[in-house]
Amino acid sequence: MSTRIGIVTFPGSLDDADAARAVRIAGGEPVALWHGDEDLKKVQAVVLPGGFSYGDYLRCGAIARFAPVMTKVIEAANAGMPVLGICNGFQILCETHLLPGALTRNDHLHFICRDQKLRIENTSSDWTRDFAPGQEIVIPLKNGEGGYVADEATLDRLEGEGRVIARYLEVNPNGSRRDIAGVCNERGNVVGLMPHPEHAVEDLTGPSTDGIFFFASALTSVLAGSHR
Amino acid sequence: MARVIVDVMLKPEILDPQGRAVQGALGRLGLSGVADVRQGKQFVIELDGELDGDRRAKLEELAGELLSNPVIEDYRMTVMNDDEVSA
Repeated sequence: MSTRIGIVTFPGSLDDADAARAVRIAGGEPVALWHGDEDLKKVQAVVLPGGFSYGDYLRCGAIARFAPVMTKVIEAANAGMPVLGICNGFQILCETHLLPGALTRNDHLHFICRDQKLRIENTSSDWTRDFAPGQEIVIPLKNGEGGYVADEATLDRLEGEGRVIARYLEVNPNGSRRDIAGVCNERGNVVGLMPHPEHAVEDLTGPSTDGIFFFASALTSVLAGSHR
Repeated sequence: MARVIVDVMLKPEILDPQGRAVQGALGRLGLSGVADVRQGKQFVIELDGELDGDRRAKLEELAGELLSNPVIEDYRMTVMNDDEVSA
């Protein structure tokens, strides 16, 4: 039986279909979850996709955080289920405080869309364990509010505990502190990432197929039972 | 009738690129000596009846949980009384 990975659709989500496709290509079974759902349909991992949930009103992710499904996602994340937030999903995870810090307006104020080089800094999280240490990858990046900020003590702690999972290489596209593109929680099951691995899973449509490793990592993690 | 004003501002140590852009525009439009601009949000909340202790506590909680993100923002809550509201 293949691993069930839930993809949450909020009003305004954009990348849920691509996330589902990435899960399928990686060998998992994508399960559609709706923001109003109050159960997680027996999924073993969850992806919060990119987009503009609730129109980005108030702050990106601020309203999605209180959606009924998020109560269950937060419970599951705290119990160890692998949860990946991509772009808007990363913003939602920061708003829930499952991840430290916040995402703010790009320092140059422009929306940016480019193929971005990254270095994978942590290969023990539930979403990065299939990468080689220090592996360099190229996946699309597209955001208006992707500048990662946190206070210096938090940044030092993240660095010290190896919780920066990916860093921007060559160009810092949005003013993120210390070139941080993604972070994880202490346990390594909750990961937030600003660039989009779900758009880099096939040669036809992506700049690479590097993104598939994130989804394959989650399947490995579930099979290993590391979330239990 | 009660009115509550909640002002939300980015914390001083958080870069405010929008404020910086507005600062530049003010200078270009002829205002000299603009040392800094910070941009924030204001919520004007109208409430039926008096603002009792319970609702005031709930508002404080939501101002820090929903209206602002304590990681990057500070808020200030101002309660206006009846005559100020009707004025």
